[in-house]
Amino acid sequence: MADSTDHPGETLLETPLGALHRELGGRMVPFAGYAMPVQYPLGILGEHLHCRAAAGLFDVSHMGQAELVGANAAAALEALTPADVAGLKPMRQRYALLTTEAGGIFDDVMVANFGDRLFLVVNASRKHEDFARIEASLPPGVRLNRLPDRALLALQGPGAAAAIAPLAPALAAMKFMDVAQVTIAGAPCLVSRSGYTGEDGYEISVPADQAATLARALLALPGVAPVGLGARDSLRLEAGLCLYGNDIDETTSPVEAALVWSIGKRRRLEWNFPGAERVREELANGTQRLRVGIRPEGRQPARGHTAVHVPGGEQVGEITSGGFGPSLGGPMAMGYVARAHAADNSPLELMVRGKPLAARVAAMPFVANRYAR
Amino acid sequence: MAELKFSKDHEWVTMDGVVATIGITDHAQQALGDVVFVELPELGREVKAGEACAVVESVKAASDVYAPISGRVVEVNAALTDNPGTINSDPAGEGWFFRLEPSAPAELAELMDDAAYHRFVEESA
Repeated sequence: MADSTDHPGETLLETPLGALHRELGGRMVPFAGYAMPVQYPLGILGEHLHCRAAAGLFDVSHMGQAELVGANAAAALEALTPADVAGLKPMRQRYALLTTEAGGIFDDVMVANFGDRLFLVVNASRKHEDFARIEASLPPGVRLNRLPDRALLALQGPGAAAAIAPLAPALAAMKFMDVAQVTIAGAPCLVSRSGYTGEDGYEISVPADQAATLARALLALPGVAPVGLGARDSLRLEAGLCLYGNDIDETTSPVEAALVWSIGKRRRLEWNFPGAERVREELANGTQRLRVGIRPEGRQPARGHTAVHVPGGEQVGEITSGGFGPSLGGPMAMGYVARAHAADNSPLELMVRGKPLAARVAAMPFVANRYAR
Repeated sequence: MAELKFSKDHEWVTMDGVVATIGITDHAQQALGDVVFVELPELGREVKAGEACAVVESVKAASDVYAPISGRVVEVNAALTDNPGTINSDPAGEGWFFRLEPSAPAELAELMDDAAYHRFVEESA
């Protein structure tokens, strides 16, 4: 037995829910510079299954929040992303990639149009880099307001909408990727109907000083249990969703990452985003490698950085995220493989601790999405 | 029941006649979380004390299991393959991993007894 979760000497930040996590018995671990609960006493497996059966409450306050204000905010953001921001309708949200000049992925973010401003949620591990990059590129008249005094909660699962309805009846009418400004348990919130689990649910931005009160009110709702980062990772992997730093980074392009759907149609005519040259070339001629889902045969998981080979032959790729899917009832992974081996059902071998493990390319999501479309 | 001895890698050992049974401790299974897969050593393999000879995987991560004493693997708990959760529910009983014929029985004396192991866990917490 070896323990590998210690990072002694590191000074960790706390979210506004740090005390609540400890009160709930959360096992705190370092993540992106924060002390975060990897699990509560129910355990990763139980929390994962609970979220798919009822509703889970996640603290994702470590993520970066900001608003972009000014008449030309959408155009300013389009200078950094291939997403169609100008075409995003009021009170709607969209997934967007920030790209590098070389055509890599700088971060993946959520952009919401609240009418008078754009609201951004970015990865915790990238927020300082993202905000600096955005600020450095802004034209006069557009301002980035970082929102470090807001917490972010996610209520996810098939029971989420029914559970929260008594506290905020307006949320029931929202569709997947709608956003709204709603007062919940006395707190002024920015709500989106979205998440990172493949389930229906909401992400709720709340002032930090009201976050614990709101979290307690949500945990008191029938069927709602706290869920930690461990189950957040297994839920998102079952849903086929990328984790920045594992599955996408500055070396992977939107085309290789199979995230072309996040590029706006108009942007593919204009080709005026960072890295457009590489994206255009790859769309025309194909890429060397593609991000795919991979299912190992049997029960043995293959983790990130596992080498992917053709059966009995050469290496053709690498796993970027891998683990066990509690709802899938078996191991699952995603990773990059050479294009010739990227079709569904292509046979592969994963080299796990020096031994080949039979696997196949598999369609994602591994567990069907249940968004409120 | 024979006395349990413990390693600093959180394995337990108990001697039954000339055969040692080995598993991971309750503390270890709690730290791991829900076990979803176990890889057991090959029968007949000679292992040295401190050698990695089994793997236990939780939803979160893979961890090595080390032989607390040297010997030859004479039996593995094949039931764990289909029911790895037994390691969580009964780590010191039905959740045993493998059995060894010790090649250096004196090594047992270097392991911790129950009280020493509990102190060790508390001190490393």
